[in-house]
Amino acid sequence: MSPETHGDPNTGHAPAEGDELDALVASWRRWMQRHESLTGADLDELEGHLLDRVDEFVRAGLTRDEAFLIAVKRLGSSSDLSREYAREHSERLWKQLVLDGPEEGRAADAAGARLPFHRRANGLAVALLLGVGAGLAVKTVDLLAGDPSAVVLNAAVIVLPFLAAWFAWRRRPPVGMLIGAAVAFLVAGLALNLYPFASADPGGADAGVSSATAVLAAIGSVVALWLVGGIVDTGGAWRSNTARMDFIRFSGEWLVYYVLIALVGGALSGLTIGVFSSIGVDVTPFVGEWVLPCGAAGAVLVAAWLVGAKQRVIENIAPVLTKVFTPLFTLMMLALIIAAIVQWNIVDADRDLLIAFDLVLVVVVALLVYSLSARDPLLPPGWFDRLLLVMLAAALVVDLIVLVAMIARTGEFGFSANKTASLGLNLILLVNLAWATRLQVGFLRRRTGFAALERWQTGYLPVYLAWAVILLLVFPPVFDFA
Amino acid sequence: MRIGKDLVAAAATPVVLGILAEGESYGYAILHRVSVLSDGELEWSDGMLYPLLHRLERLGHVHSEWRQSDTGRPRKHYRLSEQGAAVLVEQRRQWSVVGDVLGKVWPDDGGPRFRAALGGLA
Repeated sequence: MSPETHGDPNTGHAPAEGDELDALVASWRRWMQRHESLTGADLDELEGHLLDRVDEFVRAGLTRDEAFLIAVKRLGSSSDLSREYAREHSERLWKQLVLDGPEEGRAADAAGARLPFHRRANGLAVALLLGVGAGLAVKTVDLLAGDPSAVVLNAAVIVLPFLAAWFAWRRRPPVGMLIGAAVAFLVAGLALNLYPFASADPGGADAGVSSATAVLAAIGSVVALWLVGGIVDTGGAWRSNTARMDFIRFSGEWLVYYVLIALVGGALSGLTIGVFSSIGVDVTPFVGEWVLPCGAAGAVLVAAWLVGAKQRVIENIAPVLTKVFTPLFTLMMLALIIAAIVQWNIVDADRDLLIAFDLVLVVVVALLVYSLSARDPLLPPGWFDRLLLVMLAAALVVDLIVLVAMIARTGEFGFSANKTASLGLNLILLVNLAWATRLQVGFLRRRTGFAALERWQTGYLPVYLAWAVILLLVFPPVFDFA
Repeated sequence: MRIGKDLVAAAATPVVLGILAEGESYGYAILHRVSVLSDGELEWSDGMLYPLLHRLERLGHVHSEWRQSDTGRPRKHYRLSEQGAAVLVEQRRQWSVVGDVLGKVWPDDGGPRFRAALGGLA
């Protein structure tokens, strides 16, 4: 036993031994952290206890290593301990959204300064403020233009700047990038409002946005400006594959939260209308004209905040949905192929067919991308990767059948804006899926790494951006704003 | 002599509340005190004390607070609440009833086995 361990434990020890103990404690902490029932604060408490015990044993003449081993042993087995904590804190096995931030209440907080108000709860105050701003902006445009179709046309230009502002506040991207984003929003706004889109038929009452190119431009503006927001979200690292993949994950989670908020919001609005009508007050106009538009715009920001706040707290939903629906969707497409072969009437199907199949392909790409986003890159290929290959192959076959049919029809009727747009999207997705299938085969045969699959999808994002910009800026003049 | 698991578990709450009634304390010091008071005979694995303390805190019997120790280590200190003091009084009453009963059925003559052995001889 070395004599230097006999000193007073409170006045410091040989530094090398102290470091070694720190390393032991750190590895013990990492080991214990794998138990969900123990929080950081619990580990702080147990760590303090361990160190007190170590001091005691060192005073009694043990070396620090020995003391540490015995102290850990005396804590009890980690599984017993975690079971005991779980019995007391069963709520911890359900991951919860903690508004105060995970570090609150910890020992380190006792002396440390508190966060400024706007930084607390992951910036909830800022998100709410921007959400209110988005809602008011929608209402302002509505009241100024006196025409709901103006709001629909400009939805992306009105609401998404607030989302971009939220990203900018969180990520602090370089100023040049912010200016670029502002210019993009400005150009989109000018194009949507200065292009002389054909107006609604005089007899068509208020059918909303009627010109096909206007609808396409509005859709293009949503996609393009969402991706511009994504560029801001990468905070300057927009070329990085991981930053892009993070934005893809964000988009999926955001969509899930937005849909949930919309469902609950709709149900609550219905309940409100019902309750008030039962006492003879009709609140339908108020709900329709104020709550709905402001809520729909504000929810964009609230959903974005939720995605950031619950990261690492609640399981990602999009990959779970992907796992559930990939097999079902694959089955659906296989059935479709068989039906098409048996019937062989897909060729004279109606004009919405191509748009429907664009949606099918979008779903396939989404299922593929979200299963990639949640996959552990180090795992060897498994049954799910083979299933993805079946899905990709089925999608390719189905799409080829539809494309052949459609090109024949376009020759018959010429190129309208809608047809060209959906044909373009179809080709873009087809190229993506064809190459993705090739990569997937390579991955299953262990010829290409998993990284190539991810890189292909993240590298393809600019293509969507380009097509959206073309829809927004080029299509209207080419097709005479029809 | 090892005290059985069930008895240790039953005694844990009143013992911990009793120690906290002496003044606020923290996990390691509580275990130390238990060990001193029982000459090392009443022991349970160190880690199990903390879930117990957390349960007492959830029930409102104790309050807790993070402090810095002299060595700069963060420590969670526990102190008895008014409700905890009332619970301790109640527990004490129950344990003294049990103790009285045991004292009466086990008179100070060497214990039941000795008496059974004597009865067998007679």
